[in-house]
Amino acid sequence: MSITIKDVQHVARLARLQLGPEEEAVLTEQMNAILQYAEKLNELDTEGVQPTTHVLHVSNVMREDVVKESLSLEDALLNAPEEEDGQFKVPAVME
Amino acid sequence: MPSSKYETVIGLEVHVELHTKSKIFCGCSTEFGAPPNTHTCPVCLGHPGVLPVLNRQAVEYAMKAAMALNCTIGDVSKFDRKNYFYPDLPKAYQISQFDQPIGLNGWIDIEVNGETKRIGITRLHLEEDASKLTHVDGGFGTLVDFNRGGTPLIEIVSEPDLRSPEEARAYLEKMRAIMQYCDVSDVKMEEGSMRCDANISLRPIGQEEFGIRAELKNMNSFRGVQRGLEYEEFRQADILDGGGEVVQETRRWDDAQGKTFAMRGKEEAHDYRYFPDPDLVVLHIDDAWREAIRSSIPELPDARRVRYSEEFGLPAYDAGVITASKPLADFFEGALNFTGDAKAVANWIMGDLLAYLNSNNLELSQVKITPQGLGEMIGLIAKGTISSKIAKTVFKEMLETGKLPAQIVEEKGLVQISDEGAIKGIVEAVVGANPQSVEDYKAGKQKAIGFLVGQVMKESKGKANPGLVNKLLTEVLNS
Repeated sequence: MSITIKDVQHVARLARLQLGPEEEAVLTEQMNAILQYAEKLNELDTEGVQPTTHVLHVSNVMREDVVKESLSLEDALLNAPEEEDGQFKVPAVME
Repeated sequence: MPSSKYETVIGLEVHVELHTKSKIFCGCSTEFGAPPNTHTCPVCLGHPGVLPVLNRQAVEYAMKAAMALNCTIGDVSKFDRKNYFYPDLPKAYQISQFDQPIGLNGWIDIEVNGETKRIGITRLHLEEDASKLTHVDGGFGTLVDFNRGGTPLIEIVSEPDLRSPEEARAYLEKMRAIMQYCDVSDVKMEEGSMRCDANISLRPIGQEEFGIRAELKNMNSFRGVQRGLEYEEFRQADILDGGGEVVQETRRWDDAQGKTFAMRGKEEAHDYRYFPDPDLVVLHIDDAWREAIRSSIPELPDARRVRYSEEFGLPAYDAGVITASKPLADFFEGALNFTGDAKAVANWIMGDLLAYLNSNNLELSQVKITPQGLGEMIGLIAKGTISSKIAKTVFKEMLETGKLPAQIVEEKGLVQISDEGAIKGIVEAVVGANPQSVEDYKAGKQKAIGFLVGQVMKESKGKANPGLVNKLLTEVLNS
C-alpha cells in the first residue's frame, strides 16, 4: 500500500490543515515510510486472533448514575473565545 | 403516491435520549431546561487530559431497550470515536459504537390498515448526544450550549423494510410506546428526547435493486415525519417520471412550508474514521447480567393489546389506541378497579378524554381526572343517577378539578330527574307552549318530536332522564 499526494490532501482536509505543496510532498514521503514500517506486522500470521482494542485486561469499568456538581457558569466559559448570553460564541456554522 | 409505477423504500434512524439522572460519561445533570452551560464539566466540555467513565444506568437502559426490540445482546460491546469537526462536539469526536453495538438484529411488529407487518431492526447502539447550537447575528455567529452534550442516547437503525410514510409513522409510534413502557426515556418528539432521520428512495415496481435515496432531517413530530416522507415521495416520483435521477443528498424538512430542501452539500462524503476509544475499556455482558435486565422488562404494548382484547373484550382498534400510550393504558386499567364496563371506559378515554387532551395540547399527567373518577362516573350512569349527557359535564369538571363524580353531582345538583310526575309536568308545559311543533308531529313530521325533546331537556337543565322524556312525550302527544 502506498500513500499518494491525494491521500495526504484528503487527510489534511479532514484535519482542517492547510498544507503547501512542499509540505504535501514531505508528508507523502513520511507517511509512506510509517506505513512501510507497519507493513512488517503483516508478516505475522494473525489467523484466528481477535483484534486487540485495549492492552489492559480490564473490562466493565462503570460509575453509578449519580449527579455531581458541575462547573460554575463563569468557570465553564473561561476558555470561550467569545461569549454571549452565557454561551460560547463561535463563527457561524451552517449545515 | 403521485404515480403507482414506483414502490417506496424507507429506513429510519431513531435517536432516543435515555432519562438517566447524570450524563453518560460524567456526573453532570441531564435535567432539561436549565440555563445554558450550567450542566458542564471538564469531561463534557472536552478539556484535555480528562477521562470519561461510563454510566452503568445508561448501559442498562440501552440493554433493556435493545431486548424490548428483540435484539441480540452480544457478549462484548465497545465504544468507538466518530471523528468530525463541528462546534456542537467539543472533542471533535463523538463517543459512539461502531462494530460492536449493544444490540443487533431485532424487530418490531407494526399494524397498518388492520394488517401486522414485521420491521427489522439492524442495530441499537449507545452514544453521547451533541450540544445545542443557536444561530445568531443573521447567520454570522453561532452560540453553543453544552448542557445537552453528553446526554446518553441510543440510536436505533431500522432495515429498509418500510414501504410507505404511513408505515414509517406506525413504526415510530410503536417505537415510542415500547420505550415508554420500558421507562428508559421521556420519548417526546417535540422536546427532542426522540428524534428521527429517514432514508427514502423509490424504485420501479418489480425492481429488486434500491433506487437512489435521500436522507431527510428535521422532522420534529410524528405528523412531520409522515408529511416529510409524503412530500419526498412526490418529489422523487416527479424526477423519475421526467427521466431524471434523484441526487443522493441530505434534505431538510421545513414544516411551515411543507417542503424539503437540499442542505448545503457536504464537500466530500463523510469520512468519520472510527476507531476504538482508548479511554473506555470493553464491556463484557454475561448471561446473569442479561437475565437481570430481561426480567426488568414489563409487559409491552403488543402483549397488552392482545390481553385487552382477550380479557376485556375490547375491539382491536380500541385496544390499539389505548395501549399506544402507557399512561393511557394504566389509566384504563385503573378505572377498571371501579367499574366492570371496560367498553364504556374505553369509549370515554378515546372520546372525551383524548379529544380534551388533543384540543388543549395536554398530556394525561397534566389533567386532574383520576381513574377512580371515571370508573365511578360510569357506575353513576349505569345506576341512572346521571344521564350520559350530564356525565359529559361531570367529566369536564373532573378533568379540571379532579373531584370525584358523586361530589360534583351533589355540589352542582346534577342528579338526573327520573320522577315521572315531575317530568310529565315539564312535558305538558312544553307541549302547551309549542302548538306548531305539535301540529307538525301530528301531520306526520316525526322530526318535530326531536325539537320537543330538546325543549324538555332545556327546561329541566339537562337533568331529565332522556328515556322517560321520550316515553312521556310520545304518550302526551298521542293522547
